[in-house]
Amino acid sequence: MDFNRIKEKLNILADAAKYDVSCSSSGSNRKNKDNGLGDTGNGICHTYTEDGRCVSLLKILLTNHCIFDCAYCVTRKSNDIQRAAFKIQEVVDLTINFYRRNYIEGLFLSSGIFKSADHTMERLIAVAKKLREEENFNGYIHLKSIPGASDELMYEAGLYADRLSVNIEIPTISGLKLLAPDKKHEDFIKPMLKVKNEIIRYKEESKIIKSTAKYAPAGQSTQMIVGATGESDKDIMYSATHFYKNYKMKRVYYSGYVPISTDSRLPSLGSEVPMLRENRLYQTDWLLRFYGFSVNEILDADNPNLDMDIDPKLMWALRNLNHFPIDINKAEPRMLARIPGIGMGSVHKIISGRKYRRLNWEHLKKMGIALNRAKYFIICNSSDWEQRDLDAATIKGMILQSQNSKFKNQYNNQLSLFN
Amino acid sequence: MNASKTLVYDGSFNGFLTAVFIGFEQKLTHADIQKQGQLQSGLFAETETIFTNIEKAQRVWNGVRNKSNSAIKNIYFAFLSEQNNMEALIYRYIQKLMGSKYNGATDFSDDGVLKINQLAHKVGREKHRMEAFVRFQLTKDDVYFANIEPDFDVLPLISKHFRNRYADQQWIIYDVKRKYGLFYDLNTVEIISLDLSDIHTNSTEKSAAFTDAEHEYQDLWNNYFKSTTIKSRINNKLHVQHVPKRYWKYLSEKKAV
Ligand code: SF4
Repeated sequence: MDFNRIKEKLNILADAAKYDVSCSSSGSNRKNKDNGLGDTGNGICHTYTEDGRCVSLLKILLTNHCIFDCAYCVTRKSNDIQRAAFKIQEVVDLTINFYRRNYIEGLFLSSGIFKSADHTMERLIAVAKKLREEENFNGYIHLKSIPGASDELMYEAGLYADRLSVNIEIPTISGLKLLAPDKKHEDFIKPMLKVKNEIIRYKEESKIIKSTAKYAPAGQSTQMIVGATGESDKDIMYSATHFYKNYKMKRVYYSGYVPISTDSRLPSLGSEVPMLRENRLYQTDWLLRFYGFSVNEILDADNPNLDMDIDPKLMWALRNLNHFPIDINKAEPRMLARIPGIGMGSVHKIISGRKYRRLNWEHLKKMGIALNRAKYFIICNSSDWEQRDLDAATIKGMILQSQNSKFKNQYNNQLSLFN
Repeated sequence: MNASKTLVYDGSFNGFLTAVFIGFEQKLTHADIQKQGQLQSGLFAETETIFTNIEKAQRVWNGVRNKSNSAIKNIYFAFLSEQNNMEALIYRYIQKLMGSKYNGATDFSDDGVLKINQLAHKVGREKHRMEAFVRFQLTKDDVYFANIEPDFDVLPLISKHFRNRYADQQWIIYDVKRKYGLFYDLNTVEIISLDLSDIHTNSTEKSAAFTDAEHEYQDLWNNYFKSTTIKSRINNKLHVQHVPKRYWKYLSEKKAV
C-alpha cells in the first residue's frame, strides 16, 4: 500500500466529508458472527475533534468529484478544489485497519455524484458488501443514500448497511430551488421512501421468520443545514417533525451552516457559524422525542423562532405559567418532565425517591436538579417556595441574572442539553 | 451484639462479599472492612481475618440481586473504585437495601445511596472511556497491544466488550498502574502480568516491537483526526472536557507530529 498517496486522499476526502455532522454508531443490533471482526453496540465516541464533536466512524467520501453544483456544498462542481477518489479496496483496508486498532466503530461512507446517481450508489454498496462478505466485518456501516438512486439499489444497500441517510440539507422547497436548482425534491424523497418501506417490511417479516436478512437495523437519518437560506426555526422543526413522522427517521441532524463560498445567495465567508441556534434546535428536537412535547406547543405562527437566551423548555414554561407550580411529590411523570431544570434522569430519581419520603429542597438539590431554574415552577415539602405572583418577564430576568456567568460558557457547548 | 469490629479480607470482590456475610451474621451495625496490607485501624479495635468463601459471597450476591439488579451493578462498580472507605459505604448500602420494603427502588434522597451511585457512575464512565481510548498497536508477533492507566480498576469490566468485538485477533490490554493485563489468544481471555521494559505510549519514534505498517496507520489516523476538524468551530474547552489530558499520552491522534 502506498501510504503517502493514501494519506493525500484521506486528507482531501475526510475534509470534504466533515460537514455531515452525523456520527452516530448506535441503534444497531449486529453481533459478532463466527468469531469474525467487530460488533455494534451503544456506539462509542473513540475521540473528540478539537471542535468538540464525537469521532466514532471513519467518515469519508468515496470521491469528491461531482457533476452537481449545489451552492452550499464544498464538493460542488464549480468549486476550485483538489479532487480525489478512493479505490474500493483502499476504503476496505483503511476501515479494517482503523477498526482493529480500536480507533473507530465503523465506516460512514458518502460520495460526490460522479456519472450518475445509480453508478455512485453501486460503488458505495460494493464497499459495504466487500466488508461484510470478504472481511466478515460486523462493525457499523453507514451509507449515504444518493438522491435519485433506484429502488433496487436502495434495497441492496440496506442489506449491508446499519444505517442509511439522505441529507435533505435545505429545510424548505423554495430554498432548495434557489441553492440546488439541478436537484429535485423528489430525488431526495424517493430513496427515503424505499428505505422506510423496506424497514417496515423487515420488521414485520423478522417477527415471523427469525432468519430474515437484516435491513438497515439502525434505521435512517437526515440532516438539515441551519442558517443558509433565512429559514425560521419553525420551518426547520416542522420539516423535522414531518420526516420523523412520515419517514420513520431515527434522527434528524441540524448543522449550522459553515460559510464555504462567496456565492451571493449564501451568508458571506467569515460570518459566524450559528452554533447557539443549532444547540437550541437540538434541545427542541429532544423535547419532541423524549419529553412528550409536540412541535406546535413550542413553535407556531406567533412564535416562529426559538429564544436564544433561554432553553426551549423554559421558553414554553414561561408562556404557560397556568400549568405551574407543580407539586414534586404528587405530579405525574409526564408533568415532571415539563419542569424547567429537570431532565429525564432527575424525573426518575424523583419518582424513586418520593416513595421513601416527601422530598424537600435539600433532596432535590442533591439529585442534581437545576434549582435556579426549577424553583419558580415547583412546590415541594417545604413552606418556603416562590409565593409572589411573578410574571414571565420577571422570572426570565431573574433566571438569566442567576446564570449569567455560567450561561456565557455554554454558548459553544453543543451537547449540553438539559441537565 | 457487636457494634463495631474490623474485618480484614484479601482484596478480592468475593472476599469482600464474604466479609459482608460475616458482618451480617454477627449483626455488626458498623463493619469496618479493610483490605489486607492496608490495615489502618486503631490499636484497640478488634480484628478478624476473613477467608474468602465463594458460597457465602454468592449468598450475599443473590440476596442483593433479588432486591435490585441495579444495586448489584452499583456495588460491584463502587467496589472497583478502590476508594478509601468504600467498603464501609457499601456495607451500609447493603444494610439499607436489605432493610427496605421496596424491591428495586432506590432511595435517592439518602446520602449513602447517592454516594454509592456517584462512585458507580464514575467507574462506569471510566469503563466507557477505556472502551473508547484503548489504542492497539500491532506487534511483530501479531498481537494487538495496548497500555492503559485508568483511574479505576476497570479491566474486569471491559474484558467482555473486547472479547466480543475482537474475536479474530490476538490482543493484550495492560494496566500499567495496577501491573496486570488481559490477554486474548483467540480462545479465551486470561489475566497476565508482564515484565514491561518500556511502556508503549503514542511515541513518535518507531518502536522495533511493532510492524512497519503500524506507524503508518497511526500516522493516517493522526491525519484523519486533523482533517475531520472544522476550524471555524474550534472549541478546545469542550475537546479537553471530553478527552481529558491525562489520557493523551496513549492516544495516537494526540501525538505531536
Ligand atoms: S450533489 Fe452532493 S456532493 Fe454534489 S454538490 Fe450537491 S451536495 Fe455536494
